[in-house]
Amino acid sequence: MNIYLDLFLTFAKLGVCTFGGGYAMLPILQREVVEKKEWANEEELADYYAIGQCTPGIIAVNTATFVGYKYRGWLGGVIATLGVVFPSVVIIMVIAACLSNFADFPVVQHALVGVNACVVALIASSVFKLGKTTIKDAVTGCIFLAVLILAVFVGLSPVLLIVCAGLVGYVARRLSQLRKGEKNQ
Amino acid sequence: MIFLRLFYEFAKVGLFSVGGGLATVPFLQHMGEVTGWFTNEQLTTMIAVSESTPGPMGVNMATYVGYTIKGIPGAVVATLGLITPSILVILIIAGFLQKFRHSKTVDAVFYGLRPASTALIASAGLSVAASVLLFHDIGHEVAQGQAVPMVELFYWPAIALAVAVFIALKWTPLKKLHPIVFIALSAVVGAVFQF
Repeated sequence: MNIYLDLFLTFAKLGVCTFGGGYAMLPILQREVVEKKEWANEEELADYYAIGQCTPGIIAVNTATFVGYKYRGWLGGVIATLGVVFPSVVIIMVIAACLSNFADFPVVQHALVGVNACVVALIASSVFKLGKTTIKDAVTGCIFLAVLILAVFVGLSPVLLIVCAGLVGYVARRLSQLRKGEKNQ
Repeated sequence: MIFLRLFYEFAKVGLFSVGGGLATVPFLQHMGEVTGWFTNEQLTTMIAVSESTPGPMGVNMATYVGYTIKGIPGAVVATLGLITPSILVILIIAGFLQKFRHSKTVDAVFYGLRPASTALIASAGLSVAASVLLFHDIGHEVAQGQAVPMVELFYWPAIALAVAVFIALKWTPLKKLHPIVFIALSAVVGAVFQF
């Protein structure tokens, strides 16, 4: 199959399978992009999400552009992004045209509670998978816990947390390199 | 021209909303007030539909708002407006990253970013969990000083479903199934048992 068509269709599939925000896309990204297509690895996904959270635009689009760019340059980025939004455009137009009271149907509301319960489980499972590659030692373990607590209980902005975590990571690496250097002397 | 204006307004939303789809809501509210294209009530409906249909929420909302304003071309133009700033910014950053991939500094920064990124995803998962697995309408009674048994704070059927899916995801015979299978089955369970 044409590479670009494959990219478009894969990301369109991601769009169809995502319920909720960009976070809900992670389990599908791990399945389709990391395991099946091998266009990126777990670490790169964590990088894309980190950057996607502190740059303009919604996370799902940012991540799609990243993966597409890595695979096939700027055109790949554009095509992956168009792919991920394509199903939304079609589905929403159909609903807006014929079923604007879609969300009011009790059956839709009940089904959505089920879907969201499932999304919780999917995200939990994805976080464990991601954590295996991103949390490697005491420093990264502490960063994970600190950010989780500050985000959930203090409600600090993700941008601030990401910037601080980057600084901490940089300082920690440098310190450990210095210490290694001293030992070698 | 209405389409240029539509593109411009949504490009602004794309440029200034940092984070997930919900980050676009305040900007959309403001847009409605300034342009008179849609009312706050209409926006509430659009958010509800965007949450309950496939696709990233932010994109769904842009499409819906665009459609409300100017039909099919409006939906396409609004969505393109929303994603254009993202694409440009990310392409520039991705280009830089590729250049400095082997730099020790970049590597050290990402060493710290990755666990933080994982934690933020976990926190987003927890906020979805709180909204589905807990009852919020009990807040009044608690505020009035009425004793509410702990058990009633939790929405047990949804918790049971989430736990069942989580176990299934770890269980080897089912592990290979595509996540959409679990999502579809959960939708059916929710609809049949009237969650």
